[in-house]
Amino acid sequence: MSTGKRIAYFLGLPILLILVWWAATLGSTNFYVPTPGKLVETFWRVWISNRFFTDFMPSIIRLFIGLAATIVLGVVLGVLIGSFRWLRSLFEPLLEFFRAVPPPVLVPLLMLLIGINDQMKIVVIISGAIWPVLLNTVEGVRAVDQVLSDTSRTYRITGMARLRYLVLPGASPQIMTGVRQCLSIGLILMVISEMFGSSAGLGFTIVLFQRAFAVPEMWSGIAVLGLVGIGLSAIFQLVERRVLRWYHGLREVQRDN
Amino acid sequence: MLSVSGLKKVYQVDAGEIEAVRNLTFDIDAGELVCIVGPSGAGKTTLLKCISGLLAPTAGTVTLAGKQVTEPPKAMAVVFQEYGRSLFPWMTVRDNVELPLKNQRVPRAERETLVNEALAAVELGHVPDSYPWQLSGGMQQRVAIARAVAYRPQVLLMDEPFAAVDAQTRADLEDLIRSIWKKLGVTILFVTHDIDESVYLGQRVIVLSNSPTVVQEDLAIDLPDERDQLSTRSSARFGELRGHVYEQIQLAKSKAQTGAVRVK
Ligand SMILES: Nc1ncnc2c1ncn2[C@@H]1O[C@H](COP(=O)(O)OP(=O)(O)O)[C@@H](O)[C@H]1O
Ligand SMILES: [Mg+2]
Repeated sequence: MSTGKRIAYFLGLPILLILVWWAATLGSTNFYVPTPGKLVETFWRVWISNRFFTDFMPSIIRLFIGLAATIVLGVVLGVLIGSFRWLRSLFEPLLEFFRAVPPPVLVPLLMLLIGINDQMKIVVIISGAIWPVLLNTVEGVRAVDQVLSDTSRTYRITGMARLRYLVLPGASPQIMTGVRQCLSIGLILMVISEMFGSSAGLGFTIVLFQRAFAVPEMWSGIAVLGLVGIGLSAIFQLVERRVLRWYHGLREVQRDN
Repeated sequence: MLSVSGLKKVYQVDAGEIEAVRNLTFDIDAGELVCIVGPSGAGKTTLLKCISGLLAPTAGTVTLAGKQVTEPPKAMAVVFQEYGRSLFPWMTVRDNVELPLKNQRVPRAERETLVNEALAAVELGHVPDSYPWQLSGGMQQRVAIARAVAYRPQVLLMDEPFAAVDAQTRADLEDLIRSIWKKLGVTILFVTHDIDESVYLGQRVIVLSNSPTVVQEDLAIDLPDERDQLSTRSSARFGELRGHVYEQIQLAKSKAQTGAVRVK
């Protein structure tokens, strides 16, 4: 597909929906649904202001720290658990237990344990977002090809070299699947972590607007979250395309045969 | 040089035990090119895995240069049948060949020379930056051979390396193995299920029986050293040797069949 065509596809449906929205709210006085123009104006007023630094940036920084910690921790633990059968047997029941606990219910608990601060909010993000990374990494590490593994052993590629040249690249398609899933979970938890006992942040601000019946402002907050989601996904795709270039090429060849 | 003595391997599986190799004993001198031929399921791969230190034998020993093999020895390289799965798909051809050297901390300049020479030897000097999956099967197997050659092993083990490539490529690869062997003076143990291939390549052919596997025969191949796909394969002596190996394998099969009712 040409770049122009790709952009047209990317923007096509959103533009259409905005047009429908615009037409539907034409002359409407519905309190709960602002017109597109009103929303843009509110968006500008609310977010391109002091709030950008007091509410937007701190949330985004926490989100990025949380996601980075999630990915590092998830991959490290996943590699360990995937590499050693005894660790796997040891951890399996525990993992099933914690994975089943919905992360939002941990928020009050973590507030008590850690306090209402940045660390707590980052821990909330990690506690929910780590599972897809961890479990996918375990699967990826376990699925490393036996012949490739034998080859590495005969060339005495062991320890850290094995990790670097065999295990991590071999598991990278699965790891990236986990990372993709953890991004949206992280975003959700970033919002939730700010909904209780906070005094700043994206989640806090949206709740504040809701309570004050500041409807266009609330919608503008939701739009910010959507845009952050798009941004995350764009960064992910950029990285993925680079890291898994070989994988997509290989898959393409296999499909052709 | 390489000595296999009383080797036995029994796999433990859920359903019980599988005796893949019963009792194998043979010696290989430095610089020999020995072929091991046996039917599918005879335990050839099992044998090579024990020799290369990937598997621990149930009984018996493998000794390389006087030292018992308990882990993959440094002086050994293995080429597997599954070329598609033995090259790292995330590395280019050059990186694949270079990796074992890098891992051995060979200095960069020397590495570069070795990699280039090895790639040239298998006539792949022109594709160092391709990925393995961009190449044909025969080319991929040549990359695996180049990797083994660049590693400069004393012993090269090959497990049915050409079973999955087409006939013409296969003939070329056979000649490639002979020429590498002559050039490098490396000891080669070449496993195959193809009788013709074993006679054409080897100085010696070790015939394995069906499972339970023992050495059925150890045969010297007295064909001239210069071999040629056309004239060697059509020579009378080649026909005799091939017939002989074939007979031995048939004999082993009938023995194995009656073996089941034999009372010990
Ligand atoms: N990992 C394993 N576990 C259990 N049985 C095995 C395993 N590998 C091979 N076998 C069995 O051992 C026998 C010999 O196999 P193999 O060494 O692959 O023979 P070959 O390479 O001569 O075809 C076969 O019956 C096979 O099913
Ligand atoms: Mg085999």
